[in-house]
Amino acid sequence: MAVKKFVVGCFDDEKVLFPAVSKVRKAGYKIHDIYTPFPVHGLDHAMGLRETSLHTAGFIFGLTGTTTAVSFMTWSFTKDWPVNVGGKPNFALPAWIPITFELTVLMAAVGMVLTFCYLCQLAPFIKKHHFHARATDDLFVMVIECTAKTNEAEVKEFLNKVGASEVNTQIADDGWWVGRYDRNEKLYRDEQVIA
Amino acid sequence: MSLVKYESPIREPLVDGKKTYHDVTEDICRTIEAKPTRLWYIGFFISLALLMFGVYSVYREVVYGIGQWNVNRTINWGWDITNFVWWVGIGHAGTLISAILLLFRQGWRTGVNRAAEAMTIFAVMCAGQFPIFHMGRVWMAFFTLPYPNTRGPLWPNYNSPLLWDVFAISTYFTVSLLFWYSGLLPDLATVRDRAKTKFRKHFYGIAAYGWTGSTKHWQRHESLSLVLAGLSTPLVLSVHTIVSFDFATSVIPGWHTTIFPPYFVAGAIFSGFAMVQTLMLISRKVMNLQDYITLGHIEAMNKVIVLTGSIVGVAYLTELFMAWYSQVPYEQDIFFKYRIAGAYGWSYWLMMSCNVISPQLFWFRKLRRNVLFTFIMSIVVNVGMWFERFVIIVTSLYRDYLPSSWSIYYRPSIWEIGFYVGTFGLFFTCYFLFSKYFPVIAIAEIKHVLKTTGESYKDDMKPLDKKTTEEFYEETHHH
Repeated sequence: MAVKKFVVGCFDDEKVLFPAVSKVRKAGYKIHDIYTPFPVHGLDHAMGLRETSLHTAGFIFGLTGTTTAVSFMTWSFTKDWPVNVGGKPNFALPAWIPITFELTVLMAAVGMVLTFCYLCQLAPFIKKHHFHARATDDLFVMVIECTAKTNEAEVKEFLNKVGASEVNTQIADDGWWVGRYDRNEKLYRDEQVIA
Repeated sequence: MSLVKYESPIREPLVDGKKTYHDVTEDICRTIEAKPTRLWYIGFFISLALLMFGVYSVYREVVYGIGQWNVNRTINWGWDITNFVWWVGIGHAGTLISAILLLFRQGWRTGVNRAAEAMTIFAVMCAGQFPIFHMGRVWMAFFTLPYPNTRGPLWPNYNSPLLWDVFAISTYFTVSLLFWYSGLLPDLATVRDRAKTKFRKHFYGIAAYGWTGSTKHWQRHESLSLVLAGLSTPLVLSVHTIVSFDFATSVIPGWHTTIFPPYFVAGAIFSGFAMVQTLMLISRKVMNLQDYITLGHIEAMNKVIVLTGSIVGVAYLTELFMAWYSQVPYEQDIFFKYRIAGAYGWSYWLMMSCNVISPQLFWFRKLRRNVLFTFIMSIVVNVGMWFERFVIIVTSLYRDYLPSSWSIYYRPSIWEIGFYVGTFGLFFTCYFLFSKYFPVIAIAEIKHVLKTTGESYKDDMKPLDKKTTEEFYEETHHH
């Protein structure tokens, strides 16, 4: 858990947010993250995030499912215990298509969701610092990380200038911890400076 | 600037009323944050009572055996498998709406997908009960799974459609659940961040998995939804295909046909959309969601109903034609002596009129947009679809190859009916809890389409009025 200092700027509209993102990046400030109530298309590119390779993971999980199904059915029906059912072939690949397909889909889906939860650090009882409660309602919350060299007042002024409706500083943990949302764990301090 | 301001005469707004993002949150969270109404309590307790009756019926079946039902050696599937296929069919609409319509970029799905997915999960839960309890010795149900056992190990028969069913239904349930819940996470976070009471903060805090709305997380979430949609699309088609294999791979006249997979899938979509209509029409009225589930949404679903209903109709006629054309005496007897006529002829004609004839009224735009008519039709369709499965199962079985084993007229016992009634109880108990404690409409997805398809998008067009074409061109082609 690393406790850091952040300057938080809230935007009411994604139309104001997009130009602000490019201005902030041009000015050389480090955007920690932007919290939005819904997926804003193109924001990841504007922030310079790389594409996710989650779908590649899904493909690999799917392939694992296919291989598992085919190899397990082959082994158990031809090697482990071949049963003679009316002289029908033990290695009956066409009849195994349904189970192979289902296992492919199952493993791809389960694997992808688990990977997604792992990458995003999502699980029950995980608690994270929320920079603004309305980030899941109607605000687009841009969080800029302060380094040793950052002039806090300057960043705030800059955010105000590019159209943020609300700017403040928060000292917060940028990771996650096990906690409950109905309890205040006091792992961070809020410092409301400019409303 | 009339060219730029062109308004489509066909596409109406998906979200009525001039909503802001906050309005959307408020509208959808209102029922979650309010106390349950008296109507909700009445509905919930009726469902719970039905569920209890079902539990007792199943208890009798488990303790005394399948003899509690009136199924016999000839009609060995009866109501039980009829109900199974019926519920599985209903469980197809949710994934169809959320997966196939996502891939086809149908914007109107956002209004109904969340509730439809929930309905899918509950319907599959109900469906799964029937084959499991039909096994008789239900405590042996795990024998169907390929696990290293002390009987050899003896493996299940991978060539059997009944085993395919085990894999298909359990995969379908798991994937639908994952798809539904991963979509719910951001909306549960919305509810959590608005929560005022300690309990709600705690409950939604656990349920939302610590979702923050980070851009990177959204990027992964979008990728996840898209791939899950891509996986669910063939999955949803495979599930009812495999259910139809239960029939089609047997050598029973009336079942042994290659038309079954497409015919069953079309029927499943047909009855699933009807059930979505039934639930949505009540929900939008009771929860005041008319702005999100508009007449446009209802009309779109009715169009799917008339399309799939017609496909089902063609399939019925094809079956009759093929029975005659095949010149197989057993096939012809089943269709022309025992299905459209005979002791169960009434159920065939009930099926025909509910599924094929009455949905044709949806060719009229006025009726497609009539809420009361749609509601009645949604129930008629599901009655018809229940009888479709009943007709397929019972009329093919009650007269088989051996006249000595021809069965007498089949009537279900009270415990057979009780089991069916109990699944209604399970379904509606789950749906009542869902509609009270979870956001019934995908909040984030509505917000995502709000600016482009909400009524307020027209306001964005207004400044364009004042501009000349040259100015507009300069602005848009500047970069």
